[in-house]
Amino acid sequence: MLDICKVHKSFNVGTVNEKKVLRGLNLHLKEGDFVTVIGGNGAGKSTMLNMVAGVYPVDSGKITIGGNDVTKLPEYKRAKFIGRVFQDPMTGTAATMQIEENLALAARRGKSRGLKIGITKAEREHYRELLKTLDLGLEDRLTSKVGLLSGGQRQALTLLMATMNNPQLLLLDEHTAALDPKTALKVLTLSAKIVEENNLTTLMITHNMNDAIKYGNRLIMMNNGRIIFDVSGEEKKKLTTADLLEKFKISAGEELANDRVLLS
Amino acid sequence: MDAIISTLAKIPGALPGAVAQGLIWGIMAIGLYFTYRILEVSDLTVDGSFATGGAVCIVLMLNGFNPWLALLMAFIAGLLCGLVTGLLHTAFGIPAILAGILTQLALYSINLKIIGKSNQSINVDKYDLLVSLRWVKELALKNPLITVAIITVAIIAIFYWFFGTEMGCSIRATGANLAMSRAQGINTNMNKVLGIMVANALVATSGALLSQYQGFADVNMGRGAIVIGLASIIIGEAVFGKIFRNFALQLLSVSFGAVIYYVVVQVVITIGLDANLLKLLSAAVVAVFLAIPHLKSKYFAKPVKVTEDEEEVTENA
Repeated sequence: MLDICKVHKSFNVGTVNEKKVLRGLNLHLKEGDFVTVIGGNGAGKSTMLNMVAGVYPVDSGKITIGGNDVTKLPEYKRAKFIGRVFQDPMTGTAATMQIEENLALAARRGKSRGLKIGITKAEREHYRELLKTLDLGLEDRLTSKVGLLSGGQRQALTLLMATMNNPQLLLLDEHTAALDPKTALKVLTLSAKIVEENNLTTLMITHNMNDAIKYGNRLIMMNNGRIIFDVSGEEKKKLTTADLLEKFKISAGEELANDRVLLS
Repeated sequence: MDAIISTLAKIPGALPGAVAQGLIWGIMAIGLYFTYRILEVSDLTVDGSFATGGAVCIVLMLNGFNPWLALLMAFIAGLLCGLVTGLLHTAFGIPAILAGILTQLALYSINLKIIGKSNQSINVDKYDLLVSLRWVKELALKNPLITVAIITVAIIAIFYWFFGTEMGCSIRATGANLAMSRAQGINTNMNKVLGIMVANALVATSGALLSQYQGFADVNMGRGAIVIGLASIIIGEAVFGKIFRNFALQLLSVSFGAVIYYVVVQVVITIGLDANLLKLLSAAVVAVFLAIPHLKSKYFAKPVKVTEDEEEVTENA
């Protein structure tokens, strides 16, 4: 479904701050794969997701989604294939627009936007049903401005917007990191449920090793712009956080000394 | 005492003219509302495109164009002005404010070339003007107040419809959240260019109407237009913000804001303010209103109580 082939990316090239973030990254995802991604700060996790989404261009390499070469496509054109949820709950929704308007914008992802009416009556009913599945009471607040919602509610709404027209690929970039533990669990459970029900091919970055083990059918660990550990199926189910720390030590030749990873 | 009374007695006679001017500038302010409030872009092109609209309209009418056609051509000229700024900003990565300033400066020369000199008058007796200050106090259909009011309502109606369409929603989203818009497949650069174009088209239309109304086009007529536009938006929001929630009414409040601005200006001038100080006064008023939200949040913010839930979260984290 997703093919990342020999992708290189550096930032601040030619300055003292030059940083090679991705060094010949290769990753292949089968249809229906739910892959969790872990790694220390600066490992290149977010950069990988941003490369796939087209936020900035690759230095070299090739990215295909469902057989379509998207390497040269601008971000807004790739959106046809991709649903995204960001780390910051403010990023995924338009605060000054209504809940139903946000959903209608997402419903038209990958379609041309003409002079037809922005939201039809039938859509509105459909959105009400969709919002009911979130179980947050949002179905009665279709015309509320999204800016009035809490971070967790906004993240749940973003998740709905990202998945409502079954994207070929779902990218979750630490989408629960900014939420309190209770809400984070709720959003994460919801994510897993939606992914499973729609059999979505998913890449999820997380700082929480337990979550990385608990969710998905495959886990990859990144360090220094490369994948250093890749495990799936039965083997992944048996993993413990101690195993992961040990694996990191062996593969990277250093301790995974990252407070956020250790504490979570 | 008599002097004061005789001064005040002049005010009612000056009001129709002030309202007409306000309505005309209101169209310009609605255009500015598009970029400033909806797209969240500060577009300074308007100081130039306002005069471009006036210049194109007057020169074409002098060359025998139908006044409505001349107005349409001014609209198109405004679209082109916006296109230049939009492309400088999106395709060439120049910050929006600077892109607008560059276009505005370039337009000064272009406007001089269009008119051929710095000022061109048009005779109301020889040409069939759509609006003219000559009829502003007459109870007749050709009263400019009626024409401009109809045009304003038509523009608001079109905007109201447009921002409810798929394309209109995507433009609003572009202004609200760029990252989200792109993630939802919206071509944000195209939307910005389109928005800046339409905004300047309205600004040029307003300039065309004003030059017909006053009977001349002048290369300097747009100087400070952005401040007048911002003042109109701010006054409109301050006066009608609490009662006008609907989008169409918000646009109407911008138009009303411009009317209030010109009525106030007319009154202070009639009372005896030195007209040369007018731009200083306008700038000061806009600066104060723009500063208020910032100062309010900085010095008068109410402390937020920490609830038990939040304390719990902090402990967990």
